[in-house]
Amino acid sequence: MEDKKRLEIFQAKIDREEKIEPKDWMPEDYRKHLIRQISQHAHSEIIGMQPEGNFITRAPSLRAKVVLLAKIQDEAGHGLYLYSATETLGITRDEIIEALHAGKAKYSSIFNYPTLNWADMGAVGWLVDGAAIVNQVSLQRTSYGPYSRGMVRICKEESFHQRQGYEIMADMAAGTPEQKSMAQDALDRVWWPSIMMFGPHDADSPNTGNATKWKIKRETNDELRQKFIDKTVQQAELIGLTIPDPDLKWNEETGHYDFGEMDWDEFWSVVKGYGPCNKQRLGHHQKAHDDGSWVREAANVYAAKQSKKNKVA
Amino acid sequence: MEVKDALIKYCLRLGDDALIVGNRLGELCSKGPFLEEDIAMTNISLDLIGQTRIIYSYAAELEGTGRTEDDYAYKRPEKEFQSALLTEQPNGHFGNTMARQMIYSVFYYHLFTELSKSPDEKLAAFAAKSVKETTYHMRHSCEWVVRLGDGTEESKWKIQDALNDIWSYRHELFEKDEVDLTLADLGIIPDTANILDVFNNSINEVLNRATLDAPEEGWKATGGRSGRHSEYLGTMLAEFQSLPRAYPDAKW
Amino acid sequence: MSSDNQFPQWEVFVQSKTGLPFKHVGSVHAADAEMALQNARDLYTRRMEGTSLWVTLTDSIVASSPEDSDAFFDPSNDKIYRQPTHYIMPEGAKNI
Repeated sequence: MEDKKRLEIFQAKIDREEKIEPKDWMPEDYRKHLIRQISQHAHSEIIGMQPEGNFITRAPSLRAKVVLLAKIQDEAGHGLYLYSATETLGITRDEIIEALHAGKAKYSSIFNYPTLNWADMGAVGWLVDGAAIVNQVSLQRTSYGPYSRGMVRICKEESFHQRQGYEIMADMAAGTPEQKSMAQDALDRVWWPSIMMFGPHDADSPNTGNATKWKIKRETNDELRQKFIDKTVQQAELIGLTIPDPDLKWNEETGHYDFGEMDWDEFWSVVKGYGPCNKQRLGHHQKAHDDGSWVREAANVYAAKQSKKNKVA
Repeated sequence: MEVKDALIKYCLRLGDDALIVGNRLGELCSKGPFLEEDIAMTNISLDLIGQTRIIYSYAAELEGTGRTEDDYAYKRPEKEFQSALLTEQPNGHFGNTMARQMIYSVFYYHLFTELSKSPDEKLAAFAAKSVKETTYHMRHSCEWVVRLGDGTEESKWKIQDALNDIWSYRHELFEKDEVDLTLADLGIIPDTANILDVFNNSINEVLNRATLDAPEEGWKATGGRSGRHSEYLGTMLAEFQSLPRAYPDAKW
Repeated sequence: MSSDNQFPQWEVFVQSKTGLPFKHVGSVHAADAEMALQNARDLYTRRMEGTSLWVTLTDSIVASSPEDSDAFFDPSNDKIYRQPTHYIMPEGAKNI
């Protein structure tokens, strides 16, 4: 069958809201786009374990400790579901990881910032997971089957993450003056990077065309960002914290919040590798990978020995 | 010794062991040799800290002074922790971690198996629940010792080294002080002398499958049960307890 | 490091309750079967989603090809007499 005909069949499936599955024919660009998007999503989950992991040993109560551990464990699990989905597209896990280490594959730039006080655990859960939820709920309807199913799974697990974060913020905002100050400080640092997680303005977003036509992306960056802000402002007000945006204002006409201009210089600078923790995050991941090489090798050799034994027996 | 006092101390001892080794495992988050193993170790850490919370709560109930699980974890000084020195030994490389976990979980597997027969209902229930988790922990760490022992040359010497290093820390688990004697006399807890053989058999079975040598007996680590720890616990607790100590009026 | 030891891939199937069919949930990497089972359990049953697990090497899975789906699956499309709804029962007939 000609590629032109195949493309028609493919697009018709998409238009009918049918899922594309791993063994279906798909345009190379569709495959490439998905590999990039899903693997970067996976890398974000995995790198995200580090800023939160920074507070495991200092969690201030046993309950807080187990909740944090469980949350980070979930992130690792999400990374794995997403690796799993990426691998259905004909790329191996080694290649996915190599791309991360070589700086070819990116991850969410929010994780290139340090976590500085316990309230950051709250802010990250509330805002970063909150933003991720808005994005992921939308992605549940993405056209690629394994990605869509991964998103459904992830969404089920994600809401506990946001709630544990918001609970921490609420408790601290209502706590001692030092606690409230820590909570406000965390919000001050995490707010802008969180709303920039949705990516550049639609007008400045190069990949949107195909992503929309092929229903990889179901809503635009700006639409999702607006959704997130509209949901979150009230949550901040309720617990007595101030979002660090003097231009934030409810717009009666549009029924949405107007908000200030984001610092795209900083955003691009961090994406390019000049954020406070870029080197640290990648270095940490590379080190764990290298340190673990002898372990992985041993497991492979052992398995091969066993398999030989079983054949002979 | 008053039975109730002995029981409280015993519960805290079990909780301390699980907490300290659980905390050590928690340090490994995002540092595992591959992602699935990261999840596995975090899982074990979660189980252990969960065990701590249950048994600390029982101690608090017996004590009846209003102290909570967090008071035990965050407000006691190092001297009051009764954790075995084994639990605070550093993670080192993956082989060190697995060797430590193997010793820990094999011991507790056999202990909990017996403890679940205790006439003390709460203790028995705690042990019955914990033995399920510990069975899994044991399988996990023992399988890794086997893989590393019968893997490559590098993994073999690394795990052998790790076992040589941790060998001295086994004995403390079988020590008996007034707490143990008081409770064992009444049949509330098992006499650990009775599980020494099964413990050794389990370990030897793993070493055989792993094609490893049983390390030579050397010095015997001791002191944890009476609050005399190695240099590691102090640093660990300084970090662990830092937030509540820095903000004593705060609720978390 | 080429083809670094990230282990073969295994597909995971979970049975959420005894008696129900096993459902495909995704994949894990593992060096051997025992590791695959443990990794699958850690990844896919954290929230008590299962009573039983199957794991099998991804390479062992034989799948029908989408190109063949017409030949494979369409013939059952017109054999509606296999569906119970195809048959009209007399009014009042019970337990059938």
